[in-house]
Amino acid sequence: MKTYPLITEILQIVAVLILAPIFIGWIRMVKCWLQGRTSAGLFQPLRDIIKLFYKEVVLAENASWIFRFTPYLVFGVSVLAAAIIPILSTDLSLALTADAIVLVALFAIARFFTALAGMDIGTAFGGMGSSREMMIASLSEPAMLMAIFTVSLVAQSTSLAQIALVIGHGPFILRPSLAFALLAFVLIAIAENGRIPVDNPATHLELTMIHEAMILEYSGRHLALIEWASMMKLFLFASLGIVAFFPWGIGEGSLKDIPIAFVLLIAKLFIAGIVLVLIETGLAKMRIFRVPEFLGSAFLFATLGMLSYFILE
Amino acid sequence: MEKCWQEKGNYHTCYSGAINTNRHKIKMEFSPIILSSLSLLSLLFAAIVVPLVISSQRLLIAISFSLTAVASLLAVAAGCWVVGSGLINKLILPLGLPNLPFHLRLDPLSGFFLTVIGLLGFFVSIYSIGYVKGFLGKRSVTPLVIFYSLFMAGMFLVVLADDAFFFLISWEVMALASYFLVMFEDEKTENRRAAFLYLVVAHVGAIAILLSFGVMAGLATGFETFNGYTFDAMREAKFSSGWATVAFFLAFFGFAAKAGVVPLHVWLPEAHPVAPSNVSALMSGVMLKTAIYGIIRITFDLIHVFPWWWGAIVLFLGLISTVMGVLYALMQHDLKRLLAYHSVENIGIILIGIGLAMIFTSFNLPILAALALIAGLYHTLNHAMFKGLLFMGAGAVLHATKERNMEEMGGLIHKMPWTAALFLIGCISISALPPFNGFVSEWLTFQAFLLTPALPNALLNLLIPLGAALLALAAALAAACFVKAYGVTFLGHWRGHHNPPSAPPFMKGGKGGVEVDWFMRIGMILPAIACLGLGVFPTFFIQWMDIIPEQLLGSKIAASAGAFGWMWLTPVSHERASYSGFIVFLGILSVVAVVYLLLHTRRTAVRRAPIWDCGFGKLTNRMQYTATSFSMPIRRIFGFLFNIKEQVRITPPVPPFNKGGGGGLHYHLRVRDRFWNLFYQPVADASFWVSRQFGRLQQGRIHIYLVYSFITIIVLLVFLR
Repeated sequence: MKTYPLITEILQIVAVLILAPIFIGWIRMVKCWLQGRTSAGLFQPLRDIIKLFYKEVVLAENASWIFRFTPYLVFGVSVLAAAIIPILSTDLSLALTADAIVLVALFAIARFFTALAGMDIGTAFGGMGSSREMMIASLSEPAMLMAIFTVSLVAQSTSLAQIALVIGHGPFILRPSLAFALLAFVLIAIAENGRIPVDNPATHLELTMIHEAMILEYSGRHLALIEWASMMKLFLFASLGIVAFFPWGIGEGSLKDIPIAFVLLIAKLFIAGIVLVLIETGLAKMRIFRVPEFLGSAFLFATLGMLSYFILE
Repeated sequence: MEKCWQEKGNYHTCYSGAINTNRHKIKMEFSPIILSSLSLLSLLFAAIVVPLVISSQRLLIAISFSLTAVASLLAVAAGCWVVGSGLINKLILPLGLPNLPFHLRLDPLSGFFLTVIGLLGFFVSIYSIGYVKGFLGKRSVTPLVIFYSLFMAGMFLVVLADDAFFFLISWEVMALASYFLVMFEDEKTENRRAAFLYLVVAHVGAIAILLSFGVMAGLATGFETFNGYTFDAMREAKFSSGWATVAFFLAFFGFAAKAGVVPLHVWLPEAHPVAPSNVSALMSGVMLKTAIYGIIRITFDLIHVFPWWWGAIVLFLGLISTVMGVLYALMQHDLKRLLAYHSVENIGIILIGIGLAMIFTSFNLPILAALALIAGLYHTLNHAMFKGLLFMGAGAVLHATKERNMEEMGGLIHKMPWTAALFLIGCISISALPPFNGFVSEWLTFQAFLLTPALPNALLNLLIPLGAALLALAAALAAACFVKAYGVTFLGHWRGHHNPPSAPPFMKGGKGGVEVDWFMRIGMILPAIACLGLGVFPTFFIQWMDIIPEQLLGSKIAASAGAFGWMWLTPVSHERASYSGFIVFLGILSVVAVVYLLLHTRRTAVRRAPIWDCGFGKLTNRMQYTATSFSMPIRRIFGFLFNIKEQVRITPPVPPFNKGGGGGLHYHLRVRDRFWNLFYQPVADASFWVSRQFGRLQQGRIHIYLVYSFITIIVLLVFLR
């Protein structure tokens, strides 16, 4: 086994673990500035996670092993996904483990268990969150597949490394199919990560919450793992978008590429965070039964991307 | 591979390699088909001799189900042998019609289905030893034992039969045996009604299959002899495209009725839930697959040249079944009914694979066709495993709680830890989540979809991706459905309403578990292991079954699928797409283990506390989410597809309030199958109308009947003189 892929693999996992809370910190910071508040700083989410690890775990009386197992599983899935997506380099030792479809399914298994954990404790909040989360997931999945289909038409592959290589090395032209796919992907990423306008990650104990409702009973290290994993999920979706649509500068097989790739990644995430904040600040949270329309338009964009590939390219 | 045909008395055996020139040596060579015949004999023995000899019901259960388990293992051995070696075995039984003895043939395709049926049959037989004991003292289990064995023999014979008559006889044995099994608890009207509906649909389907064979046999050799009824004659024949279309669609209609393809699925959610759970596991897990076998056999083997639009229709119906099946499943709150609708969904997924294979074949893209066919076949095997497991789990729940309604369950994970864990594996597998087996076959199906841009047909290029999106929708909805099924049944607190007298004591606050016995547990543990194994090591199984597309389509995928090592499944090339269930499994497991150990290096406190009630006093079990409330958002979004009747009745409170006069809200919801009103109600109404008109002939007076006889004789004399 070559050493290079292994080193980048480890570097990348460590980078994701640390950068994910900082990315969230960055998003919160920009949001505070836009709303005229003072921010808690870039490292506050990291401090929150560390604090939670030292807190006592309070379990609901009825919680079964599923409730206790879920945080570990969700975290494990996120770490595995961090090892698979080519973020710093396309040459990773685990890159062959999964293509784009498997990656979507990996997030699905984390969601499946989170929803079960929501049902496990037997509160109305938990069930409500699970029910809504699964509904949103069911609607975002076809749109996601359509977006993957469109990208795979261009790249002739669903392997993420291959997509990054093909699009990164291809001539720089504005492909309408990819533009539509990107638009669809942004909408899906917002829905999958429970951001405004689909869900509000900052709410607690409101009837509109979805993801927060499922994890309401978590505390201590369990909560820390879940929070960390969801931060990583947002980070991974951002890097997935970067890999598929803006892969320029990604490392390809020598360690010398890594510092440049790292700097470029930070720059891209810097912009991605600002875009996300602009979307979140500009929109209000929508009613739950408007979400199908939201995701329907994501599906429509992805389908238009597919059609424009066949018609225009 | 060298093939040779030899005649040994009545036994035709084909080997690769060794050639035996001694034509008249009557020595029974030990071959897969002999092995499968042994399996059939032991099933017949279990069905006919054992119930006569053994009078003790308890002993009868143990001996018969052990025999069926052994018979299943023999069938698995025969099937694996044939698929592994690629042999084609033939056997002609000295029974049957004049000039048409019964032909048996065991080739890799039948071998594969034999393995699938045998494998689940083995698991279910072990499970049955424990499960059927539940009927002791309530009713005689002898009919269950007899028809169970006959049912399994029928399924084995269907995939072994090599002529149309024997195929139909086996088909009927299978259908009738399962009819009696559905009728087993015949004191309930519901069961009798379901069984009757099943019988009607099964026979309408059987007539269509019979007609299809008639068309093919007639075109093969003409109607003078019986020779055309052998599958060999049909294989040789060249059909004109018009007649081939007629034969295919007749057969497809018949098999679709058996498989439960929408809109012919209505019998399935009625019949599967009311049968004893071990039988439901077999019916759902493998009986439906005999129809898939029939479709593959007729299409790829007997007709083998067809236009692309056949495949498009199969694909379209597969997609409709997939989406409608899962949506209707979401609306159910009867655990077994929910699972039955999921069979409709999964049959749809299998048909998607077959439909894509047909389209690829007709455009002469054999490698892609092989990929699609493997996806369909692999899903056949996977569905048998996880659906069998789920029905056995539902049976275990039913066994413990005497309840099929999920709204009356909850919190069973604390009472039945084994069943809960095993049922969870089934749920993950059927929801197509990695690293379990359902995901592998759905992923392969997606890969087949993603390769459709290679088709030289613009219309298909544009439309087929929408099919992939529908499949993604169905997969995600299936996950939602199983979160609901598992969450409502096993998690939370018990949701029971009125503490009905039938509720077991543990539900009323009593202590103690109600876990099922070890036979049932082992019957569920084995398919659970199979689910994991098929998900983690798919390359081995795909290499094993690659012989089937090689024989049917002339191409295989293992060369590319296994090229990158056993760990990675790379259906076309590793640049195109790759998946490693093994690394996913190991990766998640190791991260979980490492994180767990890191967090438990020091003593960690866990405190148990009541759930957060928002400061409003005690929460009750009735405040939990139910199956109905869980599926409400989806019901609202896809409501136009169902026939929904929703009623809310408010009873005003009447004093004294403390004695049950508190009034209340009554919510009534009924979700019915739209297809029933669309297709079946008119047919039922029409047949009732026709029967009523004929009923007028029956006057009940003897002289009127004498007039009928007189008129009949006159007519006969006039016309037939």
